[in-house]
Formats: sequence, structure tokens, C-alpha cells
Amino acid sequence: MADVLPTVAPRKSLLALERIPAPVWVLGLLLLAMPAFASNFVLFQIFGWSFILGMIALSLMVLAGYGGMVSLIQMTVAALAGYVVAILGTSGVTQISLGWPWWLYIPLAILIAAVFGTLVGALAVRTEGIYTIMITLAIAAAFFYFTRQNYGIFNGYTGFNNVIPPAWFGVDWRQAVPFYYMTLACAVLSYLAVLWMSRTPFGLALQGVRDNPRRMAALGFSVTAHRIVAYTFASVIAAVGGILLVWQNAQVTPGTAGIPQVIDILVIAVVGGLKRPIGPFIGALIYAILSVFASDILHAIGMSGERFKLVVGLGFLAVVGFSPDGVLGLWDKYQARREANRDPLLGGGR
Amino acid sequence: MAQARTAIVRTADRSAAERLGSVSTGNALELRGVTKLFGALAAISDVTLSVRPGERRAVLGSNGAGKTTLFNCVTGDFLPTSGTIRLFGEDLTNFPAHERIRRGLRRTYQISLLFGGMTVADNVYLACLGVSRGRFSLLRPRPSDAIVARAHELIEAVHLTRARDTLVSALSYGQQRQLEIALALAGAPRFILFDEPAAGLSPTERSELVAILSGLPDHIGYIIIEHDMDVALRVAESVTMMHNGRVFKEGTPEEIENDAEVQELYLGGGHG
Repeated sequence: MADVLPTVAPRKSLLALERIPAPVWVLGLLLLAMPAFASNFVLFQIFGWSFILGMIALSLMVLAGYGGMVSLIQMTVAALAGYVVAILGTSGVTQISLGWPWWLYIPLAILIAAVFGTLVGALAVRTEGIYTIMITLAIAAAFFYFTRQNYGIFNGYTGFNNVIPPAWFGVDWRQAVPFYYMTLACAVLSYLAVLWMSRTPFGLALQGVRDNPRRMAALGFSVTAHRIVAYTFASVIAAVGGILLVWQNAQVTPGTAGIPQVIDILVIAVVGGLKRPIGPFIGALIYAILSVFASDILHAIGMSGERFKLVVGLGFLAVVGFSPDGVLGLWDKYQARREANRDPLLGGGR
Repeated sequence: MAQARTAIVRTADRSAAERLGSVSTGNALELRGVTKLFGALAAISDVTLSVRPGERRAVLGSNGAGKTTLFNCVTGDFLPTSGTIRLFGEDLTNFPAHERIRRGLRRTYQISLLFGGMTVADNVYLACLGVSRGRFSLLRPRPSDAIVARAHELIEAVHLTRARDTLVSALSYGQQRQLEIALALAGAPRFILFDEPAAGLSPTERSELVAILSGLPDHIGYIIIEHDMDVALRVAESVTMMHNGRVFKEGTPEEIENDAEVQELYLGGGHG
């Protein structure tokens, strides 16, 4: 726990450049320069998708990692934001979409999704463990069936197609390079927002609620209120991810928040690791790579490409089998072993 | 001790406490017929108890007498099955735990319920934050932040300055008990419930504990549950004896010490 908990003593700015370690600089430069050497497919389908899924999984990490609440509603919150964009903005379903300007429908999409996430949170926080999972899963399933059966607002089974981002600055943001930078910027901002939140009074209190709710109540904190506000915060991140997801697919359908997709977000977060906000992005990248290339691997060994979920599942089992804390847990184990092997006098490895 | 007292007085934000106290009348804590049933078992039964503002009371009794259950009912960890609980005249019986804390009630726990993965400073900061208005703030504290400054004062008051940046899990048991007291003193406490604060402490640590408790500002009353009679009778001006979930005897430390029934029941007889 110590590695995720901040020391609340006043600190320098999160963006103090001298505090950013060298590997982060390298990673940042690599990501910025990626369009110079990666194909459009990799930029759009692997990294763009990873950033989006990473953001939605990050919203789960906020709840599970900092708040101790495993929620299966995050993909639904994301899809709702996507639906609002399609309904209030423009889409191929002109008889339903209202064609409002982007500066109205984007904030409204985030707001409506956040209110929905908060209401679900208000129900879910009164339970713990498996019951939280069941309640959020039940609401996610209800949302899926509702959107599939409602044609007046959600256009039923077919949903909305041709939902594309506005042409800000005259740029087509669905082109691979602009889309890559847009999703990268949103992912980095979400990551920094979560990192920032974790070191604020609210974030520290949320972690206290996770570790010892009884004690937190005895210190004057409303445990329920803190948990609900965490849902609101997480929903905003999920909503932004949802809008980007709809723009990437150019469509939103009930299947966007189907039960498999809802579960996938949990898989991504667990595979990456719930201890730190970088975990969900690692999990999302692994998931995207496996999902995109699994059918090729299966074809190569003479199996049907439709069974790509098998590869994803095996990958999930392999990671959690070796490390219940996901890839981050493996990294922590490696670091701990390196530390243990360090020569106490000379500092080098033994 | 004088230093500790000065620090605690400053930290306890006396003006806030007086402001809160000014709206209340009568007893600091008043229990009327409080009963807590667990199924058919009455952990406490028809407990009636009054503690004046600033009074220091010891609640004594053998294991299972219902002392900690009594605390849990007062703090809201358990809702009583029947009876009423008033703090400075306000009926708190059905209030959630955090609302009672915001009205000036504090407690320490028999088994330390601290945040082991956080530093001492973070633990005390959380305690100060819990009774402040910045609980949901998304702004990180500045060096001049009043809550941070108050947390540091409290750490000093309980003699943990050197361990300020130490993880709580690395503290000695005695230091953890001291930290428990720091958490109870955060904000503007008006009434504190100490649940066996001396349990497991060395003789030196006990002396330090007695100094801290004796050094509390006069306006802060408390109830202390303590098996160490020496500690309990040194820091309390009145004593309530409990037995089988009921109030068995009340009086001054001298009266209780010299009561034949108490000696028979609690000390097993044979004591002079």
C-alpha cells in the first residue's frame, strides 16, 4: 500500500520538470515521435484504442485501486456518453440526432454520464465486495437491454452510425495521426488528473476509506459521501473515454456496452494492475495487441480466428497466475528482487 | 509536561471548542437507559450515565462488562437497541458516526485502528482533515496550509516529532498508542473516549501517557477505560464501575478503591 499512498506534506508541483525520471522522458518522446515510424493501423487501431480503453479502465482503477470498490459500470458510463454525443450531436440517424453544436453536446455528454455514474455509485456504495460487482453488473446488463429495445431514443439494435468528431481547426480528427494525438492527449491528461487527485485531501481520504472505513468515520469523514464522489470523478474519465471510443468506431450500439465489453474493462485493469494509474494503460495495450493479432496467431496454428478471445483469456490467466497484481505486480517483484540482491556496501548487484 | 500542555491547548483550537460549547447546556455526555442487544445477549443493559463538561471519568470493570460496547454505542459504531445518548444536550442517538465526530466527540481504539501504510504526518493530517471543510478538496495542501500546521503541532504534542515521516507500521506499539491520542485531539474535541490507552505500554510510556492525559485542556472532558488501576485512578476524578453490562457503582477514585463490594468483585477480595 505504501507505494500508492502519497505523503500529504506539501510538495512541489506535479509538473516540476526536475522530478520527472529519465525513463518517463524517453517514453514521452517515444510516444510523441510514434507517428514518424508507426503505420496508420498501429497508431489508430493499437495505440488509439489502447489509450481509450486505458482511460475507461483507469476510471475503474480510481474506484478499485484508491477506493477499494470494484465496479462493472465503467463501460456503461462510457457508452452512455457516446450515446449522448450521437443523440445530441450529428449521426447517420438524422431522425433522432438533434445536430446540436459540439460545445454543447460534449459537456452535456460528460455531465449526463457523470450524473448516471454518480447515481449508480450512490446505490453501489451501500454494498461491498461481490455485491458491488453484482449490482453494477446488473445495471450494466439493464442498460444493454434497454438500449437494444428502445428505438425512440437509442435507436435499438442498430444504434447510431457515422458519429464523427467535429472538425476542430479544419482537421479531420478521425485520420490516424490526428486521432492518435487526440487520444494521447486525453490519456495523458486523465493520467495526470488521477495522479493529482491521489495526492489531494480528497484522494488521501479516499485511500483512508479503502483501508479502514470504520476509522475514517471515527475521524469525521462520511464514508458513503466519499465513495459516491469517487464514482463521479471516475465517471468523468470514463465519459471522455466513451466519447473517443464512439468517434473511433464512428458508431455506438448496444454492443458498445455489452456484457463482454463490460467484463473486458475489468480484465484490462486487472492485467495491467490496480495499484497505480499507469496499470490500466499497460493492460489496455496488452489487450489491444492480443485482440488485434490473436486471430493471426490462431490462423498460424490452424485454429479459427474467431476464437481470439481464447488467446486474450489465456493471456489474462498467464498474467494473474504469475502476479495477482498484474503486470505492475511483476515489475514490483522484479524491483524488489533487484533491491534484495544489491550489495549493501558497494550498492551494485551481487 | 507543561510544554505538552501548551501545545495541546494551542492545537485543540480552544476558541472553536468554546464556540461549539456555548450553544450547549448541562452535561457533556448523558446516557439514559442505553441497552444494546446482540440477539438475546445484552452487552449493555439500561445504562444511565452523566458526565459534566470537563469531567474526567474512568469506566472500570472486568472483561465482558460492556465497557467497549458502551463506547461503540456512544460513537455510533453500534446503534443502541434502546435508550438515548446526548452530547452537550443534543440527542445523537441516531446520528451516524461521522456526525458525532463533527460535534466534538472523539475516541481512541483498544486495538489501534491506524493507517499502517501512511506516515505519522498523513495519519494526523487525515484526522485534522476529517473535522475540517476541505475534506473533498482537489487542491493539494500548501506549506502554509492551516491543517498541515495543526497536524504538525499535534505530532509535537504527543512527542512523535522525530517519527513524523515514519510509516505507522514501523512504529513501536507505544508510539502507535501515542498516535491514537493525537488523532483523538485533532480539530476541536470537546469530549474524548479513551479505550485502554495504556494497554501494552512500558512503565515509561505509561508515565508519558499520564502526562499527556493530565495535560489536556480543562474544557476537554473524557471517559477512560483502563485495566491499569494506577493509570486510571491518576487521571480520573470520578469512576463508574460496570459489571455484566450494567452500571454497578459510581464514586470518586478513593470511594471506589475502598469499596468492599468493588474489591470483592473486581480485585477478587483479599485487598485492603
